[in-house]
Amino acid sequence: MNYNWNWGIFFQTSPDGVHTYLTTLLMGTGWTLATGLAAWCLALALGSLVGVIRTAPSAWLVHLGNAYVELFRNIPLLVQMFLWYFVLPELLPSAAGDWLKQLPDASFYTAVVALGFYTSARVAELVRAGILSLARGQRMAALALGLTQPQAYAYVLLPMAFRIILPPLTSEFLNTIKNSAVALTIGLMELTARARAMQEFTFQVFEAFTAATVIYLMINIVVTFAMRALERRTAVPGFIGAAPQVATH
Amino acid sequence: MFSNFDFDVIVRSLPYLFYDGMTFTLTLTALATAGAIVFGTLLALMRLSGLPPVALPAAGYVNLMRSVPLVLMIFWFYFLVPYIGQWITGASRPIQVGAFVSSLVTFTLFEAAFFCEIMRAGIQSIPRGQVAAAQALGMTYPQTMGYIVLPQAFRNMLPVLLTQTIILFQDTSLVYVLSITDFLGAASKVAQRDGRLVEMYLFAAAVYFAISFAASLFVRRLQRRVAIVR
Repeated sequence: MNYNWNWGIFFQTSPDGVHTYLTTLLMGTGWTLATGLAAWCLALALGSLVGVIRTAPSAWLVHLGNAYVELFRNIPLLVQMFLWYFVLPELLPSAAGDWLKQLPDASFYTAVVALGFYTSARVAELVRAGILSLARGQRMAALALGLTQPQAYAYVLLPMAFRIILPPLTSEFLNTIKNSAVALTIGLMELTARARAMQEFTFQVFEAFTAATVIYLMINIVVTFAMRALERRTAVPGFIGAAPQVATH
Repeated sequence: MFSNFDFDVIVRSLPYLFYDGMTFTLTLTALATAGAIVFGTLLALMRLSGLPPVALPAAGYVNLMRSVPLVLMIFWFYFLVPYIGQWITGASRPIQVGAFVSSLVTFTLFEAAFFCEIMRAGIQSIPRGQVAAAQALGMTYPQTMGYIVLPQAFRNMLPVLLTQTIILFQDTSLVYVLSITDFLGAASKVAQRDGRLVEMYLFAAAVYFAISFAASLFVRRLQRRVAIVR
């Protein structure tokens, strides 16, 4: 392979004149994590709400929730990013549109909102599945005890549902971090975009992408281990996913 | 808010959007799905083989592909495929491949990791007794897999495989980062040429939605039809 490897490239100064290439990659990692985390908070809040609506005892609400999920699941994330970034400011009244366009870090906020709504449809699907996996006696018992519907969700159904769907939520969280790379198309300088920029300035293609790949792998490993620990702590005793109860004598 | 909409720009660019753009998107989706199912099934068989030297590389490959963003992989393969081509053909310099071949290789290799996990679940859903029965009848490993296990695994997993194909169809829009004229790329080029971002991106979203939604309804109906009655 006639390719000139140069691993020292990471310690050379990047075109901004201040930081080394390694530092720019780490700054990109910061944006990736910030986008992923912020979008995840939004997705969790919206997704829980829509997931609850889809199990509510009202056909009208269920249809509304289903429509929401279908809308955000059947349009590619990239197209959704473009809709939020290019189309929304044009459809708003011109004052609001101009304010949006001139916002500092507009691509960051847009990425968070787009990724948050996109992921919320998937979270809603999980929350619904979690609630439906509970024995229907649980809701009946809660109502029979005099709890209102919101109370039954808050104190009985959701605490159980979230503990059951924690493993798939973990992989959805990892997906959110990975999907933040799509935001490079609207100008967010996250990790993949920094690696791409480094490749364009130095022509050291494989060093730049190797570094980005290693950083993504490390993020994955750290999140997976943290979530495993959380899963062990919150597993519902007696369910298949639960840690084995003391079986040794 | 639709008062200054120019619906004509959509009508004018329809041939370009569909003959150039959608053809690329659909061809890429179909070929990449076929390749990824074959390679993914192989990976699944490797992961389930029980031989560490065979299972570990497959597991490592799948976990690597599942840990990095597709966008990064698109960039990786765009630069890597010419070198792989050189290595395979023994040419003296990296081989120039077109945008289509490069994205086809990317999507086949990337999505194979996801199809692998689906096929692994499908194979594991077959009762162990069937494998034992096949071996008792004197069938070899390829016969057991080819005639007994894989046909049932495919049937059980058909809805999931098709759902993954819908995801792949949506994911192909990401070749935009290589400035390729897929459906979204075509829409984006017209949008920028005519300064009609709102119309073109809303139209692209509507088309993606219509195709994906129709396909997912089809999968739901299929799911009820192919389910094996037990």
